[in-house]
Amino acid sequence: MKSFKTLLLGTAAAMVAVSGVYADGHEGKRGRDGEVKIIYWQAPSILNPYLSGGTKDIESASMIVEPLARFNDKGELVPYLVESIPTVENGGVSADLKTITWKIKPGIKWSDGTDFTSADVAFTAKYCMDPAGGCAQSAKFDGVDVVETPDPLTVVVKFKEPKPVPYAAFVGGQSPIIQAAQFAECLGAKAPECTEANFGPIGTGPFVVTNFKPNDVIQMKANENYREEGKPAFASVTFKGGGDAAAAGRAVMETGEFDYAWNMQLAPDVLKKMAEGGKGVPISAFGTLVERLEMNMTDPSPSLPEGERSTAKHPHPILSDERVRRALSMAIDRPLLVEIGYGQAGRPTCNLVPAPQAWASDNTACLTQDIEGAKKLLEDAGWKVGGSGFREKDGKVLKLTYQTSTNAVRQDFQAIIKQNWKDIGVDTELRNISGSVFFGGDPASPDTFQKFYADVEMYANNFDGTDPEQYLTQYTCEKAPRPETQWQGENINRYCNAEYDKLAVELGKTAELSKRQELAKRMNDMLTKDSMTIVPLVDRGRVSAASVTLGGIVLNTWDSELWNVADWYRKK
Amino acid sequence: MLFISLVIFLVIKLSPSDPTAGLPLTIPPDVREKIRESLGFNDPFHIQFLLWLKQLVYTEPKFWMNKLWGTDFEVGQRMISYATRSPVMDLVVQRIPQTLWVVGISYIVGILIAVPLGIISAYKQYSIFDQIGTFISMIGFSVPTFFTGVLMILLFSVTLGWFPSIYDTTHEITDWNSFLFQVKQSIMPIMVLGLFNAAQISRYMRASMLENLTQDYVRTARAKGVKERSVVLVHVLRNSMIPVVTVIALNLPSVFGGALITEQVFQVNGLGQLLILAIQGGDVPVVQTVTVIFAVLIVLFSLIADVLYGMLDPRIRYD
Amino acid sequence: MTDQSTAIRSDDALREAVSEHRSLSRDVWNQFKSHKGALIGSFIFFGILIAVMIGPFLWTIDPTFVDIRSRNQGASLAHPFGTDQLGRDLLARILQGGRISMAVGLVAMFIAVLLGTAIGVLAGFFSKLDGPLMRFTDLFLSLPLLPLLLVIVTLFREPLSASFGPEGGIFILMVSAIGITSWMQTARVVRSEVLVLKEREFVLAARSIGTPPRRMISRHILPNVISPILVSATLGIANAIITESALSFLGLGFPPDFPTWGRLLFDAIDYMPQYPMWVVYPGLAISLTVLSVNYMGDGLRDALDPRARDR
Repeated sequence: MKSFKTLLLGTAAAMVAVSGVYADGHEGKRGRDGEVKIIYWQAPSILNPYLSGGTKDIESASMIVEPLARFNDKGELVPYLVESIPTVENGGVSADLKTITWKIKPGIKWSDGTDFTSADVAFTAKYCMDPAGGCAQSAKFDGVDVVETPDPLTVVVKFKEPKPVPYAAFVGGQSPIIQAAQFAECLGAKAPECTEANFGPIGTGPFVVTNFKPNDVIQMKANENYREEGKPAFASVTFKGGGDAAAAGRAVMETGEFDYAWNMQLAPDVLKKMAEGGKGVPISAFGTLVERLEMNMTDPSPSLPEGERSTAKHPHPILSDERVRRALSMAIDRPLLVEIGYGQAGRPTCNLVPAPQAWASDNTACLTQDIEGAKKLLEDAGWKVGGSGFREKDGKVLKLTYQTSTNAVRQDFQAIIKQNWKDIGVDTELRNISGSVFFGGDPASPDTFQKFYADVEMYANNFDGTDPEQYLTQYTCEKAPRPETQWQGENINRYCNAEYDKLAVELGKTAELSKRQELAKRMNDMLTKDSMTIVPLVDRGRVSAASVTLGGIVLNTWDSELWNVADWYRKK
Repeated sequence: MLFISLVIFLVIKLSPSDPTAGLPLTIPPDVREKIRESLGFNDPFHIQFLLWLKQLVYTEPKFWMNKLWGTDFEVGQRMISYATRSPVMDLVVQRIPQTLWVVGISYIVGILIAVPLGIISAYKQYSIFDQIGTFISMIGFSVPTFFTGVLMILLFSVTLGWFPSIYDTTHEITDWNSFLFQVKQSIMPIMVLGLFNAAQISRYMRASMLENLTQDYVRTARAKGVKERSVVLVHVLRNSMIPVVTVIALNLPSVFGGALITEQVFQVNGLGQLLILAIQGGDVPVVQTVTVIFAVLIVLFSLIADVLYGMLDPRIRYD
Repeated sequence: MTDQSTAIRSDDALREAVSEHRSLSRDVWNQFKSHKGALIGSFIFFGILIAVMIGPFLWTIDPTFVDIRSRNQGASLAHPFGTDQLGRDLLARILQGGRISMAVGLVAMFIAVLLGTAIGVLAGFFSKLDGPLMRFTDLFLSLPLLPLLLVIVTLFREPLSASFGPEGGIFILMVSAIGITSWMQTARVVRSEVLVLKEREFVLAARSIGTPPRRMISRHILPNVISPILVSATLGIANAIITESALSFLGLGFPPDFPTWGRLLFDAIDYMPQYPMWVVYPGLAISLTVLSVNYMGDGLRDALDPRARDR
């Protein structure tokens, strides 16, 4: 074991190599490799992704139920239960962009031996679109008018409006097909009552649940009716949940009790030390998750009456000045943040949309720290160094509150950024809030990230799939959280720009890919380098740990990490 | 009891929590709102409470009667957890075995260590034994379990490879070997918790023994020529047990409440883990039910302790 | 305080009562002095106390100063305890953290013991109050701590921050939150002792001569329940320091750049294999404090107990 870096490179090389599993000679009978043990430090609580949006639930369920098509590790759509991906070119998507036709592969069976038909697909849509069901993935079915089934192997989805990107419903781990027969009695308000079905859905995936203890452990066995001969290689799966990332990492890389551990959110030093255990290696890949600072454009001062705090009524007294925001961004040493917090699993970025390549803007100006430039900007903005060593203007000290959720890496980031800002004469008060409160939408709590009763806050966000339309349209004026919306809304900064809103509408109408990419880049730049409303810090990759004896793993950031679990095998 | 559960309910509802907090940010707010609605999270306060109460004292007993004696009551909607959408009581029942095994045994281990340790420490006050005992028990108490747990894992699992670092809750004892495995996998959590409990109880035991050893009745007993052994083990011990019994009885319900941090470190996933996940996830029905069960146990054990006082010291009267 | 050992020894009591004030405190001090453990304990305790109080003035490195170039260093002249993963000086952090941890530990313990003793004595002594007070205790015991703290923090953080500044406000909040959620055990133990004491001969005797309840409690009951109270106090300090770390870990405590012992210990756990000293320093600090308080408590109890004094 030379070093962490070579290790990772080695894994990357291995990942390229395993794309042809069969060519490697890992063929054989189904279930030939015995048991595989997976550990997620967040325990799955339900195996029906429609009733829970949690990553842990979606990913564990992705071993059992499958969508029609998935994203592969390069972010490309690949057919799973269908013959091919419908496009306008091959006639699968109508010219007016209002219909998409999926052709199901013949011969697919559910794990109980019955045939998989288009009726199941239509039922899935009905299940999730029921307004009383509380379906967590209903956004995937936005704009779907009706799902028709002209024959058992054809599904036609009709949209109310032209849909430039029709690959949301039935695509990706969030939107798998469930069996109509099993869930027939579970529609609408009855959805939560079907405990048995929710805990052991019948699927088309490589594994079948044999025992599920919610928030603890899932036991699975190979699906005898799986559509590919000789897969999965493992006869059974133990999927353990709970504990923390460090414990999971130890179990894979140091003691070798488990084969695969999800989401190793650990400091690079710690991870490196664990990898020295030699039983497993960390693997990483990049997606769209960006850790960023969000600047509050409105005044969060507690002296304002409740209901006006952090609303568009009062612009922020300090951060409304673009020069201050820019100076704050310039002062941050992003490469250092990456080195301390994420190591190989992160890279500095200036973009809100860092990937896929074709969608990402070539904005790299923020990558080098520029303390002097930042100081000058603040001087220009009228903030002079006062007696306390911090900058002042009109008798007011340049002091910001900076909040984030509780998490070791985030607290280290806070400490570093506070230091960076101190160097340019900005005083910072740090706050950390328990994640369950910070990301909770309780309108009565003053500490949610939507309410934003602070000047700056930090968190990470990403988008599903490869098209950032929905992600970028979050920053239109009317999506700002405010009392009238019960503080719900995704435009956390309360950014409001008529031109941006116009672009958002245009993006919704544009179908041509290159034009969409052009628009997305422009919108990205408006939010980041032009206005510094959002100050991206780190493009965060996924890091997982895999046993050295486990083969066939392809870490995928565009879909469930366990997307190709059918191809996993034991290295001999 | 009703009042206690009402207060608990109020506290839970007042605290900022949201069943959709754990979901990825890619799920839009209007969908979140629909989820909350479908869970009944936004219903008026009193309706939620009354529904919960009805389910606990009316629906659940009927269900369990059906299950145990094959009666055929009509069971309405059982209490459903927000996160798992399964009946809360099933979750609780599922968690009890591992919690009782790990936390219960560690408690017994703790008492078995603590009582003799306390007695000897007090009897031989300031002897080497007492000093070492004091030192170890203070370390045991002042070093948190999140530290001792990880230390043990690093030592016994990572370096020596003797015990598994992750507890397997699906393990079934069928023969000697599987029993051995069960012992192996539970030895570390039991030791960590046992040390902590022993540290606490032995301090009370020692203090109370010291207090009693200097009482006049001890002098009288010795003067009467009662054997030293029975002076200490019968007379003094009996009188010293009162505060110790209090502490033991007080902490016994926490056996059922599980031991949060230890469960977390070893992934025992018992009641403690269920409760903390429910709290973090804003899963009101689970939090409420587990806490109320807990409250019942606390009241019960404090009554038991009161009865025990009377047995240990017949002079105590409750008017 | 001296006439507690029943009427049989009343002549003793009378003699001591004459010169009560001076001789008592001197007796106590003499006894305390002769208790080696107690002496060493208090020496260490006050040593730590002084270190954390004036230490940050002598060791002037800013505990929050991030010096990336010198991170993960071992002990050196510039950093006697080394530096952490961000290059912050560990000695400065331990000293600064000690200030907060000691203050939280002592004050929260004091609140808890005061509340616990008061409720325990009242419940044990007055049978009428017993029922309601004990049910009240049960209520507190059964309240889920975490949501309760969340409620407290949500409701009171902003007003307190506004009136005492962010740090002062959170300090008051933490201390009272820990205090009011950890008095129950003391209360129950004290009550059980009081129930026994109440039926002892000397209390009955005192009652028969018409001693008013207030005087009964202060002269006869309290001195005799001192030993469980002292145990509770010792355990309480450790408990408060650790609870504080759990709270800051959950994001309910002090701002993240505020080092406390519990937090330092917690943060260092993941690094234990590489940098074992990171856990040793704060762990040692907590243990030493608790240990020294324990020995002081022991000595104090012996010194206050007239029978032990006779031995």
